[in-house]
Amino acid sequence: MATYIQIGSTVTVGSGGASTIDFTSIPATYTDLVLKISTRQSVSNGSNGYYFDVTYNNTSANRSGRYLLNLDGSVSSSTYTLWGLSDPSDFTATTFSSGELYIPNYASANFKSASMDSTNENNATGIRQILATGLWSDTAAITSVKLTAGGGTFVQYSTASLYGISKS
Amino acid sequence: MTTPTAIEVNCTTGEVTERPLTAEEISQRETDAAAWAEQKAAEEAAAQAAAEAKASAQAKLAALGLTADEIAALSN
Repeated sequence: MATYIQIGSTVTVGSGGASTIDFTSIPATYTDLVLKISTRQSVSNGSNGYYFDVTYNNTSANRSGRYLLNLDGSVSSSTYTLWGLSDPSDFTATTFSSGELYIPNYASANFKSASMDSTNENNATGIRQILATGLWSDTAAITSVKLTAGGGTFVQYSTASLYGISKS
Repeated sequence: MTTPTAIEVNCTTGEVTERPLTAEEISQRETDAAAWAEQKAAEEAAAQAAAEAKASAQAKLAALGLTADEIAALSN
């Protein structure tokens, strides 16, 4: 049976905003990691306020990925490194995106795969949903996971919570 | 302009800190944003080319005498 155990504390961004949210010194004591993410950014859709990047161990090297994107019923697929959705500043007030990042076997000596599902919230058109996958071609254990706002900053009340999955 | 900040959670100690981004982090962020813009531009160009090719093909089929319904049936 899999058990979810929260690692560290839930990050709730304060009034000053934040460009990155970084979980560091992650212990290698779990099997998988899950990150629950709900964000909004300070800039508009046109200024890249709708996405954030995911990096491990403070490096952008050796990352690859592919995603399936639904935008108002139009579906496309392309290659890019692992990413997720934020609500940009021009979406309905006080709405936030929601998503989950799953990283299996994060402490193994193999390359690290991951998957992300993510959606916007908006009372209008322009809503995206994505299923994204990522591969980090590195054998080091993942000890940190960083979310970086694509444009502007994560605004107040954006949240991120990290969980370890124990399988026994 | 205010310096962008990072929220850092140390998962071993539980300590949460807020600090300014380092110069390296700011530079990496700009590099990533440029890569994203390049990716989006390439996707939009490919989508535009595909739409133009589709419209051209439909016009040629219409010139051959196919009805709009017949062309739509071929597109499905």
